[in-house]
Amino acid sequence: MSAGYALTILTFIAIYISLALSLNILTGFAGQVSLGHAAFLGIGAYTSAIMATRYGYSFAVDFLSAIIITGIVGIFLGLPSLRVRHDFLVLATMGINFVVISVFKYVDFFGGAMGLVNIPAPTLFGLSFRGGLPYFILTSFYALVTLAICWYISKTWSGLAFHTIRNDEDAAASVGVSSARYKIYAFGISAAIAGGAGSLYAHFLGSVFPDTFAFVESIAILSMVIFGGVGTLRGPIIGAIILRLAPELLRFIQDYRFTLYGGLLVLMMLFQPMGLLGDGSWLWQRLSLLSRSTKNNITEGG
Amino acid sequence: MALLEVHQISHWFGGLQALRDVSLQADQEILGLIGPNGAGKTTLFNIISGFLTPSKGEVIYQGKPIQKIPPYNIVRLGIARTFQIVKPFTTLTVEENILAGLGMPYYPQMRGLISIYRTPENLKIVSDLIEFCSLQNYREALANRLPIGIQRRLEIARALATKPKLLLLDEPAAGLVAQEAMELADLINKLFEKGIQIILIEHNMRFAMNLCHRIVVLAQGEIIAQGTPIEIQANDKVINAYLGQE
Repeated sequence: MSAGYALTILTFIAIYISLALSLNILTGFAGQVSLGHAAFLGIGAYTSAIMATRYGYSFAVDFLSAIIITGIVGIFLGLPSLRVRHDFLVLATMGINFVVISVFKYVDFFGGAMGLVNIPAPTLFGLSFRGGLPYFILTSFYALVTLAICWYISKTWSGLAFHTIRNDEDAAASVGVSSARYKIYAFGISAAIAGGAGSLYAHFLGSVFPDTFAFVESIAILSMVIFGGVGTLRGPIIGAIILRLAPELLRFIQDYRFTLYGGLLVLMMLFQPMGLLGDGSWLWQRLSLLSRSTKNNITEGG
Repeated sequence: MALLEVHQISHWFGGLQALRDVSLQADQEILGLIGPNGAGKTTLFNIISGFLTPSKGEVIYQGKPIQKIPPYNIVRLGIARTFQIVKPFTTLTVEENILAGLGMPYYPQMRGLISIYRTPENLKIVSDLIEFCSLQNYREALANRLPIGIQRRLEIARALATKPKLLLLDEPAAGLVAQEAMELADLINKLFEKGIQIILIEHNMRFAMNLCHRIVVLAQGEIIAQGTPIEIQANDKVINAYLGQE
């Protein structure tokens, strides 16, 4: 495996960590299961691609625009969540994904099925982030910022408010949480972060095509969150790493990537709904016990 | 003027009339709301706490109509409630459940998005509430692991964290053994002494009769009697409503 190839995989992993963490804000924190997250990735990618190729904006501008525009679109696409709950919301988000892809495909402004090409490598503060190590550092930095945002949200009143609406909307209302307001927050924040990831995605590949952001991609992102452990910070990170890495390391899986994602989703739902490392999962309980007994040993030994 | 006045409330669920011209006042007392199943007691609670908008009539709280205000804003006015089927935040600990109530002023504001909730001052308030509601042994426990009696006290603690002036308790003694019910009655009396007006729905007659200063009896959506526990116990209409005699 060449160094360049390894860096490509690592860069993708970093992008998918941001994506999985952003979906986790919506699905894990606020409890709104979405099967349309790839649409936000796509909107961010297309925003950046159009601004860079058509209008020649710099990376900094098109990256920030991708975040803002996707965030705003996310707020609007989150409006169905105010009317429908649970399984119906899942269906609605799925529909949204198909609509967004159709718009990319059939509206000429978005380049149609041929997509948009020749997206330049980004430059920031005079530094070029063309491929390889620099781009990996850039995407890792974005993943870290995403992680920091998620961690911070979980410590604030809004993090607690997300928790309450995920638990029970009536009980949430009884302590003063408007579930409508917080669902919209969750959609907005989640979409904005995914939009930024989309921008990085577009600049990394240099081209965007509608089908890249299709429904199956949403399944892939959701699988990462569920497989790793929904609602935690470690879960989506581990999920993104393992599910992006497995097809690369085990070449024979490559063609069956979505079989792996789909199969894992089914297995996790059946046997470990909390995910690999979710709170209360088999593995996480073992690890917690282990770390506790090590700690005790150290105290006893000291 | 009473703290809460319910004026001529009627409510329909489709073609079914759940409440018919219900009027009552509550001020400076522990008010009991009793009646057979399906009498409309919980419907009335849902209307007062903003979870339902009545088809007709007004709810006047501190002199202002509140029947169109959504529940998450009703609690800001000082009306807190518990639920008949307990609804603690199951994936949060007892401490976090109470903190969630304490966050009430922050949720609609931008500072809710950016300020940290687990501060020493907030934890101090939580400690006081935990002690007040005798939840000391459960502070770090997840709410869904708790027995029903503890979950009911937790819901009261969470409601108290919003600093209510009026507390609506929906069957607080349901599922409790005698000893727990007695402790709960003590807790409710202590709340009243702290100046919190209380309205409670109860099926446990002994509990309601011993605790409440005044009782309102609902049957088939109408108020059929109100008065002191002693008056209610002697009221023929009430006895008929419960025993189904005519």
